[in-house]
Amino acid sequence: MPRYLLTRAWHSALTLVLATIVVFLGIRALPGDPALSLAGEDRSPEALAAIRAEYGLDQPMIVQFGRYVERALHGDFGTSIRTGLPVSDMIRTALPVTIELSALAILIATVLGVGAGVVAAVRRGRPAEWVANGLALIGLSVPHFWLGLLAILYLSVATGLFPASGFVPFTEDPIGNLHHIILPAVILGTGLAAIIMRQTRSAMLDSLSADYVRTAKAKGLSPRAVIGRHALRNSLIVVVTIVGLQLGGLISGAVVTESIFGLPGFGKMTIDAVFQRDYPVIQAVILLTATAYIVINFLVDLLYSVIDPRIRVAGEAA
Amino acid sequence: MTVVSVPDAGTSPAGLTRRTRVLRRLRRNPLAVVSFTVLAIAVLIAVLAPWIAPYSVEQTDFTNIFSPPGTPGHLLGTDDLGRDVLSRIMLGARASLEVGFLAVLTSLVVGVPLGLAAGYFGKLDAVIGRFTDLLLAFPFLILAVGLAAIRGASLGNAAVAIGIAQIPGVIRVIRSDTLRLKSLDFVAAAVVDGASDLWVLVRHILPNATSVILVQATVALPAAILAEAVLSFLGLGIQPPDPSLGTMLATAQQFATQAPWAATFPGLAIMVLALTFNVFGDALRDALDPKGDR
Repeated sequence: MPRYLLTRAWHSALTLVLATIVVFLGIRALPGDPALSLAGEDRSPEALAAIRAEYGLDQPMIVQFGRYVERALHGDFGTSIRTGLPVSDMIRTALPVTIELSALAILIATVLGVGAGVVAAVRRGRPAEWVANGLALIGLSVPHFWLGLLAILYLSVATGLFPASGFVPFTEDPIGNLHHIILPAVILGTGLAAIIMRQTRSAMLDSLSADYVRTAKAKGLSPRAVIGRHALRNSLIVVVTIVGLQLGGLISGAVVTESIFGLPGFGKMTIDAVFQRDYPVIQAVILLTATAYIVINFLVDLLYSVIDPRIRVAGEAA
Repeated sequence: MTVVSVPDAGTSPAGLTRRTRVLRRLRRNPLAVVSFTVLAIAVLIAVLAPWIAPYSVEQTDFTNIFSPPGTPGHLLGTDDLGRDVLSRIMLGARASLEVGFLAVLTSLVVGVPLGLAAGYFGKLDAVIGRFTDLLLAFPFLILAVGLAAIRGASLGNAAVAIGIAQIPGVIRVIRSDTLRLKSLDFVAAAVVDGASDLWVLVRHILPNATSVILVQATVALPAAILAEAVLSFLGLGIQPPDPSLGTMLATAQQFATQAPWAATFPGLAIMVLALTFNVFGDALRDALDPKGDR
């Protein structure tokens, strides 16, 4: 493995350990006795004693932390106060919904963003650029949950074209599943599309004035081939970078989008947990989000060095 | 402030200072003028809202529930409790700006010194880099969820969560600008002259980084306003009955089919605020771009 990737792997591992410590200390920072928070309704002395023993709350901090990590590694996040189900089971049902929603949103954002970005760069100074730029600015500025609200109001309720809320698993009814998830995915994708568009446009403008593109033009390649084969290839890196950087925003966006459209995903589970003070669920959500962010960004870096060898070289030279 | 050794502040062939040139470029850009005017009006309305709003935000009128826009006395209609939508938008915008400024301020107060240190002291770079990675791993909504669980939901906690989430961005831009400035001759000259690190950072590098800080703030502010709306909408930010554009939309969602205007105007207000900040930020970035210094 090249040295660059080794360094990145070490940084990711370190960040993961630090994030775990932060979440662990966060639970200890909860007001009052953690056993009380974890117990929920049943606050009998026996129940509290059982929880203290289970979580090792009577042990020194370092032992508690060790036990916490051990349990997390086994996928054991305790039992939800609200539902009484194991937190890991709840996550296993909720996660696929969120992953499907986010993946579809990224796909939509990439198609719209790269398309509009290329048009804006190629048609520089023409009305098409102004329209694309204007749409991107609006995409950056519009509150997406409000867009979702309007979509439900004016598309779902008024025309009945889309269901206003609810969800059908893909395995049960693929068409119905897409029907339920397409509108939320478009809404979630608009903000990302705006960011991808702006970056694609400036990357395209840079590469359109680069020497290799001039060479390609000079040797008689059609404009379509120049844009498609040479300039556009570079914008692939742009998309990969942005998806990595914007992952946090995407996760936050998914939480809101799910609450509006009533999708039973990770986000809705999180919000329900906050209002029910369902601490086992909250800490699992925070730890898993941080882990997902760190792992996905490491994968993005891996992918990066595959797409663009220069990054590998520059990283090793540093 | 007397800035002696700032190369950027030198005069151009036309004999104009950099600041004058930037202002002149802004004045010549119609988008900058329009967005600045709209922003000035919006900020003025928000600041004066408690005095100029036609109604008190908590004044309910149960004989006048869900009046449509244009009803005499209620330009934008009334909500489910007969409260004036326009008045609540004016005070909600005030809260949005408050959270926005607080969040950006938080991110700058923490991020600027860290960015300067990371760029200037090679040894600290790695440590601050790991700290940035750690912060990035917690998206603003997840941070807000955690803070709300520990300290309860409030305007202040929402601002802190948004501000913390914006720190990595500040560190990144300040760090790279510090790296650039550090390699310039005037900094080397100051060091040779025996200036302490702190002196170089505060008197030479920081003043030259102001335009980068300014641009970062104009990018962060609309993002913070949108983030506040999201948090309040979910119930993690400003708590009712205090007016907030986000909570107004949350309530309006329940009555959206009866009173679509109550679900439309607050969102429009958020969008106008964020859009004008973004347009002005773009114009400012173009005006500050040294490539335009001719």
